[in-house]
Amino acid sequence: MTIVSRRHTSLVIFLGLLAVFTAAVTLLSEAYGPGLVSTSFVKTLGKTLCLCLIALAMDVVWGYTGILSLGHMAFFGLGGYMIGMWLMYARTEDIVTASFANSPLPPTPEEIRTGIATQIFGVVGASELSPIWAFAHSFWAQLALVVLVPGCLALVFGWLAFRSRVTGVYLSILTQAMTLALALWLFQNDSGLRGNNGLSGLQNLPGADAVPQSLISVWFLWASAAALAAGYVLFHWMVSGKFGSVLCGIRDDEARVRFLGYPVEGYKLFVFTLTAVVGGLAGALYYPQAGIINPAEVAPIASVYLAVWGAIGGRGRLYGAVIGAAFVSLLSSWFTGGRAPDVNLGFYTIQWVDWWLVVLGLSFVAVTIFAPKGIGGLFDLVEGRRSPDRKGAPLGPDAGALREREAVE
Amino acid sequence: MTALLEVSGVSVSFDGFRAINNLSFEIGPAELRAIIGPNGAGKTTFMDIVTGKTRPDSGRVLWGERSISLLRLSESQIAQAGIGRKFQRPTVFEDQTVADNLMMALFRPRGPLRVLLFRPAPADHARVAALAEEIGLQDALPRKAGELSHGQKQWLEIGMLLAQEPRLLLVDEPAAGMTLAEREHTTRLLVEAARTRAVVVVEHDMDFVRRLDCRVTVLHEGAVLAEGSLDFVTRNPQVIEVYLGR
Repeated sequence: MTIVSRRHTSLVIFLGLLAVFTAAVTLLSEAYGPGLVSTSFVKTLGKTLCLCLIALAMDVVWGYTGILSLGHMAFFGLGGYMIGMWLMYARTEDIVTASFANSPLPPTPEEIRTGIATQIFGVVGASELSPIWAFAHSFWAQLALVVLVPGCLALVFGWLAFRSRVTGVYLSILTQAMTLALALWLFQNDSGLRGNNGLSGLQNLPGADAVPQSLISVWFLWASAAALAAGYVLFHWMVSGKFGSVLCGIRDDEARVRFLGYPVEGYKLFVFTLTAVVGGLAGALYYPQAGIINPAEVAPIASVYLAVWGAIGGRGRLYGAVIGAAFVSLLSSWFTGGRAPDVNLGFYTIQWVDWWLVVLGLSFVAVTIFAPKGIGGLFDLVEGRRSPDRKGAPLGPDAGALREREAVE
Repeated sequence: MTALLEVSGVSVSFDGFRAINNLSFEIGPAELRAIIGPNGAGKTTFMDIVTGKTRPDSGRVLWGERSISLLRLSESQIAQAGIGRKFQRPTVFEDQTVADNLMMALFRPRGPLRVLLFRPAPADHARVAALAEEIGLQDALPRKAGELSHGQKQWLEIGMLLAQEPRLLLVDEPAAGMTLAEREHTTRLLVEAARTRAVVVVEHDMDFVRRLDCRVTVLHEGAVLAEGSLDFVTRNPQVIEVYLGR
């Protein structure tokens, strides 16, 4: 029984810390407190929570199931696009309706539709809503698409890939190809999603013009925190039981799991699709806080960052993913935001905006080589759960036994 | 007695090399059988075919009373139908505890949703404890499987096979790398298992086969060379030539 309770300790601690964090930010925000935390920083924190959620999903796919997907940000971006379509449509509809307010005749629905289309697509030289905007007028329909579009894409892609038993680096390359293809398609003006302009003005909620951004930012922080908490509970529940055993088994020895009678492909597809849906929801919460989404968000590099967060935070443990995502993305926005002081070496001035990526790259390599457990591994030190140090001697009596190197990893 | 597994006229070749050549083989519902043969005789390929890892070019593999063809089932479906396999190298999930390993192998629904909702009942814990006792690992339940010795891992894998409650066990070189005492324990486990189900043991080691005291099938160049008691087949001149002639 002690094992069971220890399995849930991290969950309780995590939820507690998240609640304290959310309450503290709220009470220090401009809307509910003295304003020590600026509205833009509240948005950054809210966005970070969304990134933690997609990192959590990534950890289940990679850290637990061993599928190194380098395309999960595609699902995140798709979720953002789906909610962004509604936000932009509904907001433009308000503006167009208001502009007709002084006309002698009430506008026909046709006129309103044309007005909206001209407003949205003028920037790419079009004036017609493409068919993919068919449901953009309905919040609930677009919300359903936030789940359905990433889910269906993951289902079809995963079915094709897993059924043909594509694994390892080949699968990673396929997922990169998927997200690249999506980005290239979105970049086209005639794909119907405003090409490289993307969707903008997403921070303005339709019908909430009177509500200041300071208030909206805190609401989104709450929503993001609630989503992260729900996601954490869901994934914790998934991986802490027999299902988690099977996932780790697939990661460590796929063929053996198959010979135990488990339909491995079904498990992979289930996990891949579920995490894609969670990613879509995370994106749908992220982009209203960011205010803009464009095709660069689903570029292959974005998904690689996701893997870097997981590796730095510590794979195969949920809180590791959250720590990695929060730590690296906040540090990244500090370094690239121009607030980090330049370092003058006399002969050369290090400007962090340029050098941050180099630092990130080096620390990724360093973590992979010297601390494969990532930041999360520090908690093992605290708990005294250290890896055996036998100076390289085998842990067991013969060649079949666990090697020290394996135990450390 | 009707056969539990009936393999007839199976052939398979890899890049022109005939690994299995018109092989026929039968085993009854509660029988212990040893398969011996020199390297490259097709012993492992035979297991691969039965468990669905390799598809034969021709022939039939029929299973159970209703004579289902195994050739159309996937590996996991074959395992669910009741065929368990133990590999040559011990393959247990080293990162998980002995208890988790056994719990995963326990004969319960295997679909993702059913497993997601699965929470072990007291009966399941009791079954895991009983299995651990049977394989002599009752004190090692909370330990990680990776910490076990080679012999213990082999037993754990046999325990996982038993937990699957298969009707046919395919065991590949269970005694490799074991001490004498460990071999005796392994022999007992296999003989005990064969009381209620079919067990096929692939083995190189004649001493171990003699200890099993069962019918022996000799494979050579992908076909059955001889079948019978160990003494009978070792008197067969062809067998002697295959084993000693080269």
